[in-house]
Amino acid sequence: MKGVRWSLWVLIAFFALIGLFALQLSRPKDDTVQSTMIGKTVPQFALPAATGQNPGLSSTDLADGKPHLLNVFASWCVPCAAEAPQLAKLQRAGAPLVGVAVRDQADDLTAFFKQYGNPFTRVGEDKVSKLQFLIGSSGVPETYVIDGRGVIRHQHIGMVRPEDIPDLMARLKEAQG
Amino acid sequence: MNPPYSRHPCVGGNRGTDERSARVFVRWALACAGMTMFVCAIAGSLPAIAQDNMPPAPYAYQQLADPRLEAKAEGLMETLRCLTCQGQSIADSDASMAGDMRSEIRQRIAAGESPEHIRRWLIGRYGEYISYKPQVTRTTWPLFVVPVLLVLAAVLIVGRRLRARG
Repeated sequence: MKGVRWSLWVLIAFFALIGLFALQLSRPKDDTVQSTMIGKTVPQFALPAATGQNPGLSSTDLADGKPHLLNVFASWCVPCAAEAPQLAKLQRAGAPLVGVAVRDQADDLTAFFKQYGNPFTRVGEDKVSKLQFLIGSSGVPETYVIDGRGVIRHQHIGMVRPEDIPDLMARLKEAQG
Repeated sequence: MNPPYSRHPCVGGNRGTDERSARVFVRWALACAGMTMFVCAIAGSLPAIAQDNMPPAPYAYQQLADPRLEAKAEGLMETLRCLTCQGQSIADSDASMAGDMRSEIRQRIAAGESPEHIRRWLIGRYGEYISYKPQVTRTTWPLFVVPVLLVLAAVLIVGRRLRARG
């Protein structure tokens, strides 16, 4: 009698484990690392101009009274090229876009802008991921909503898809108030 | 970088009690296998992680001149997660971001910062996930308590059996 009860428990434990595996396998893998800097002010930084086309970017440019979209990107990053049409749309809708080019070179960037357009008012160069560490960014592309006082209000991880545009515009508007 | 969102149809369906036949299980297994192949196909079609062609940051692969400081920096680097290859520490990873982080850490150590201060600085930006150092927090305490309880239970069971025998 006792032997039967034990094997029943083992069986239940086995199926519970299988159930757990099935559940975890069914969930899409999410390995993004969110920044914990949301709600905090962007630390002081000053990045030189990445190309001759735009001036560089510093923390005082971000805290100039009006909200910005800060796009962390690179010319070598495939999703960054794929999100270019969406950034152009955001710019046409009046979003002030500033960029940070991560581990990039002026020649490559110039070619990138020529092919995909340059929606930015300022582009800072970050050759050693310094700004990424400052704001808790773990890859490219990422897009941050930053309010007029330089406080990070939102982090969008991965490429901006067409369906993300209304959300980003709404958050930008929200950051205005 | 975030994968296309897809929901697995195998779980959460409305399976009635009258359907508990072997056939349902076979169908279930086939659906799972199909879904796995589908997911693999999507993953395979995603572009590989792009690489820049920039030279590494100054201290990404260069040790500090002072062996004491270098040992301090390495001790810290071995317990920090690489954000690109999340199963590796930044000491083990060749991802360029890991190299940049090693360089940042060596420079901070050389400037006199303590390893634990740098760890807290990084946790303040990326959360506890970036640190491999085990820490007892609100979410991790069962990991420390459960083994103790299991050992106690084992001692109790063995003790009772020995007493019953003797």
